[in-house]
Formats: sequence, structure tokens, C-alpha cells
Amino acid sequence: MIEIDAVTRCFGENTVLDNVSLVAEEGSFLALLGPSGCGKSTLLRLIAGLDDPDAGCVRIKGRDISGLSAVERNVAMVFQSYALYPHLSVAENIGLPLAMRELSRIDRSPLGRVFPASRQRRSDTQARVKKVAASVGISDLLDRKPGALSGGQKQRVALARALVRDPSVFLLDEPLSNLDAKLRVQMRAEIVALNRATGRTFIHVTHDQVEAMSMADRVAVMLGGRVAQFGTPRELYETPSSRDVAAFVGTHPITFVSGPKSGGLHPIFHGVGVPSPSGPVVIGIRPEHLTPAPQGPITGRLHNIEYQGAEVLLDVICDTGITLRATATGDWQPPTPGSEIHLACAPVHMHVFDADSGARLEAGHKGAASCA
Amino acid sequence: MTGRIILVTALILGAFLMLVPFLWMLSLSFKDSAEIFSSTLDFFPARLSLDNYITAFTKVDLGRFLLNGVIVCAGILVFQFLFSVPCAYALTQRRFRGRQVIFGLVLAGLLVPFHVTAIPLFLALAKLNLLDTYTALIVPFVSSMFGIFLFRQAFAALSPDLFDAARLDGLSETAIVWRIALPLVLPAATAFGIFSVVAHWNDLFWNLIVTSDPNLATPPRGILYFRDRESGSDIGPLMAATVIVIAPMIVGFLMAQRRFIQGLAAGGLKG
Ligand SMILES: Nc1ncnc2c1ncn2[C@@H]1O[C@H](COP(=O)(O)OP(=O)(O)OP(=O)(O)O)[C@@H](O)[C@H]1O
Ligand SMILES: [Mg+2]
Repeated sequence: MIEIDAVTRCFGENTVLDNVSLVAEEGSFLALLGPSGCGKSTLLRLIAGLDDPDAGCVRIKGRDISGLSAVERNVAMVFQSYALYPHLSVAENIGLPLAMRELSRIDRSPLGRVFPASRQRRSDTQARVKKVAASVGISDLLDRKPGALSGGQKQRVALARALVRDPSVFLLDEPLSNLDAKLRVQMRAEIVALNRATGRTFIHVTHDQVEAMSMADRVAVMLGGRVAQFGTPRELYETPSSRDVAAFVGTHPITFVSGPKSGGLHPIFHGVGVPSPSGPVVIGIRPEHLTPAPQGPITGRLHNIEYQGAEVLLDVICDTGITLRATATGDWQPPTPGSEIHLACAPVHMHVFDADSGARLEAGHKGAASCA
Repeated sequence: MTGRIILVTALILGAFLMLVPFLWMLSLSFKDSAEIFSSTLDFFPARLSLDNYITAFTKVDLGRFLLNGVIVCAGILVFQFLFSVPCAYALTQRRFRGRQVIFGLVLAGLLVPFHVTAIPLFLALAKLNLLDTYTALIVPFVSSMFGIFLFRQAFAALSPDLFDAARLDGLSETAIVWRIALPLVLPAATAFGIFSVVAHWNDLFWNLIVTSDPNLATPPRGILYFRDRESGSDIGPLMAATVIVIAPMIVGFLMAQRRFIQGLAAGGLKG
């Protein structure tokens, strides 16, 4: 179990991590999701012991590890920049952490080729290097130098270097960002399988919300150095705690519609059946929850159609000039563009956020007033 | 096209001007004294004679001078690497109080010419009874501000992630310096090695100051033994000895040249 307790890290005036608290259960898969520059890598470095927090502490298995060095914490990390040693071959790159931890000085020296026991240990580590290389599909690259590898191949070497030993925690800093789509899907599954097989805790940094949602048990959305929301992928998607989280999570970008300044819902949503709050609010509605329905309460003109095979994306312009994005199933027969169309949305899928703070308002509970 | 011809001609002329003294030295080293002092100017020796080379080795102990040169240069180089590489590593990759101040001192040290410190160093060595020893020839140069500066610049260009990765992989800081950092800046290390060896191989000044024993003479001082003789200058053997003395530098440079150009640090990082 890893506990990050109220960690703050500043670089000069710049507060990069602001009172971050997270808990990753033993053996769980935690994703840190956030846009570029929100402090994800900084947090990983604090966990790895490569940097120290200005306030707060990190605990592994209940033990405060503040004073421990990177080696003593026994974490394995895949760096965002791969950090492969350019002067060592791929096999040596992968084998170095094993050699440093499991071989004695004599085993590693040229003498190690002579003593039978040392030779045995050396060939053991080499066998493990070969095995892990095969598992990430780089067996035929073992003699190359990193300079002669593509970005995706380097990334897999970096992954293999982390996987080759048995650390207490795996820290992965965007390990899949440079792979092609097919390989990425495959590696996603393999990393998750590895998490299940080893029973080790994984912390996976990504700015790809699909990756975070599909791999992790729990996701921490980080925005501007704070944890904006920490929960299961389903909680993130179904009840985003703020407008920014809602904007970050989900395959299709969510549509926001501001209500009038005087308070309450925007008039086009009056027929949906969501109680109108008294203060000024913003409605967030995901395209996949807004579908064409003959008797739907929302009316507008079909403006644009984007056919994507399994589904059709629709841009609908309502009377007041607001554009809504909706989806229909792929077999839906669209009317001609420009014609009138009715849309429906279940009230649970309408996310109501405070217009000023961006915080989620539980529709129907807070300051609800009757529909106009 | 004509521009190119002019350029190449100018370059050849320039190269020729630089090379003439060397070629002349080479030519003289094969001539006997009669030919050297003949009134005609012939670039190619009438007949190739190795007599001057034989004289060079027999008349004075040239082999000894060369050995001294090797001992002094190797001693200096080893210690310079031993001190400047870890120092430069600490200055770039470690955070500690006074780091900037120390780097400032290194930069300031770069500005002080060696000759300014020569007298105090000489006095100190004399007090320690170290004059006329190899120690006196080596010790003043073991810390090289230039080396620290050069390695610092090279290390600063490396990604800190590499060193963090090495720490996670279980390498100690010392191991990181020698096994990760130094191999990555091999071109800079080669350049520094060449500078250092050439400078100390050719250095006459310090050898003249702290040693008088002929057995401790390095090649430049050794060559002097051919000159101020009452019998007059021994031009032929002098030139032969000079050729022998500079030959290792030229061969060494030509061999290291490839390393110089090789960029090694690129490739292990993204992009
Ligand atoms: N050593 C440092 N000194 C000063 N500022 C730093 C340092 N390291 C990081 N920062 C700053 O901290 C912020 C967060 O950096 P970090 O690398 O953690 O971002 P990230 O979330 O990993 O982004 P990305 O997705 O682009 O990798 C950035 O604004 C960066 O400029
Ligand atoms: Mg990062």
C-alpha cells in the first residue's frame, strides 16, 4: 500500500504539487491522469525517492520512507524520456539493475567468467533478460545500442528494464505514449496482466484518459498540481466532481451550456426534467447521452453529420444559437441537414456545475426550484 | 566554381605555410651536416641517411627523456581524470550548498595563468624538499580547472533522467560517475586528454624551473642538450630528435581524431 499524505512540492515560487493526498492499495493499479505540466512526473519522482517533498510524506506499507534512498525504496520506474544508457547494448541496459542488485562485485568483474558459481549466476540473469525481452517483443534487438532503435522500441526496452526485477512498486511515466495504436492496446493489456500476476502496486502516469480509464482500478485526475478527483473510472465518468474533470474525462468532449446569469437552467433544457437550481450554473452533457428521439424535449436544426461507422456524430444548432453535439447509432437514417430534429437525454446524464466555482451541484438536492 | 577553386587554393597555401617548418625539419633530419650547411637550398636530401637518428639516441639519453615524458604526462592525466570527472559530476548532478560558489571559483581559476602561481608553487616544493622529483613535475597539474569546466559543460548537456535511472538501478554515485557519466562524454574526455598530453609533453617552462637533474628531463628540455654545446649546434641530430619527440603527438592525434568526431552522447533519449 502506498499512501501519499498531503505532499507539497515547490520549485521556487512555483507550487507544482499542492497538498496532494492519494492512497493506492497493495496490488492495485492507480492511474495519474492530467494534462501536461500538472505535476505527474514530479509526484512519481517523489515516490521514487529521486526528489524530496517540501511538506507531507510518502508511506509504503505504512512505513514513512522519507529518509530512504531510491535504492532502498526498491521501486522500478519507466522514465518519460526512457533514460536508456546510450553506451550500453539493449541487453546490458535491461540487465544492469539485475546485475547491480543480485550479483556480487566479483560476479560482475571479468573474474566472474571463471568461477563456476559466478558463471551460474551470470547466466541466470542473462536468461531473465532474454525472458523479459521476449515478453515485450524485443528479442531480436538485444545486441543493438539504444541509438539504433525507434521511439517505440526504446520505450519497450525501458519497460523491460523496469520489469526485469521484482520491485515493491512499479512507477510508469507515460510508458505507452510513443507506441502505435495496435501495440499500445496490446501493451495496455500486458501491463494490466502483469499487475494481476505480480500482485505489485502499479502507478501509471498518462495524459490519455482512455488509457487511464481502461487500465486502472482507481484514477486520480490531477489539474494544476491538485488532485481534482480521485475515484474509480466509473465514478469519474458518471459523477465528475467539477467542470474541469468532466472536460478531461470521456472519449467525446463534453458540451457545456451556460445558464442565464440570473440563475437556473438554460431554457432549451427546461423540458428534460431536471430541477432548476437557483444560482447560475453550467450544464455539461456528453454527446453519447444526447440522442435523436421523435418526441425529445430539445429541438434544433441538424447542422452537420459525421459518420464514424459504429455511430454518427451530429451537430445540432438550437434556436438560441447554441450548438449541441449528439450521437446516434450507426444505422440511424439521418434527415437532410437543416431539417428540424428532436433530441432526448436522461436527467441523470445532465451534469450541473456551479458557474463560478465549477464544482458539481447534485441536481435536485441543492437549491432546486421548480421549472419555469 | 571559380570561387571554390580560389577557396581551395587559399586553403592549400595556408596548409602549406603551416607545414613548411615541419617538412623542413623532416628534410634536415635526414641530411648530413655537409649538406645542411651547403650553399644550395635542396628540399629533398641527396641520400636518406639515418645517421642523425642514431646520433640522437647515442649522444644524449633520448630514450630516457621520452620515458620521462610518458611518466609525467600519464601521471598528470590520470590524476586530472581522477579529480576533475567526479568534481564536474558533483557540480552538475548533485544539489548542495555552495555549488554555484564553487563553480564560480573554478571559472575564476581558469582566468589565472599558470605562470602567476609558479613562484609560490616552486617555493612550496622547495620547502617540502620535492625539487628534482617526478612529484614536482606532476603535482602542480593534478587539478585542472579546464578539465572540470570541460566535463561540467559536457555533463550539463546530459539528461538528469539518465542518472536518476542509474540510481534506481542500484548504482552508487561513484559507479555512476565512472560507468555512466564518463562513457557518455567520451568525445569531451578525448579532447581533454589530447589537450592535456600535448600541453605537458611540450612544456619546457616547469621542467626547467623545478628540475636540474638530466635524468628527469622531459623531451623539450632533453632537446636543449643538443644546442648550447661548445662545438656549435648539432643541427642534424637536433632535428632528428625533434622529429622523434613530436612524432607520438602527431600519431596520437591522428588516432584520437575519429573519437573526437564521434558523437556518442546522442541516442539514448527520446527524440
Ligand atoms: N526541477 C524543476 N525545477 C523547476 N521547475 C520544475 C522542475 N521540475 C518540474 N518543474 C515544473 O513543474 C511542473 C510540473 O512538471 P512535471 O514534469 O511534473 O509535469 P507533468 O505532469 O509530468 O507533465 P508532462 O505530461 O508534460 O510530462 C512544470 O511546470 C515544470 O516546469
Ligand atoms: Mg511528465
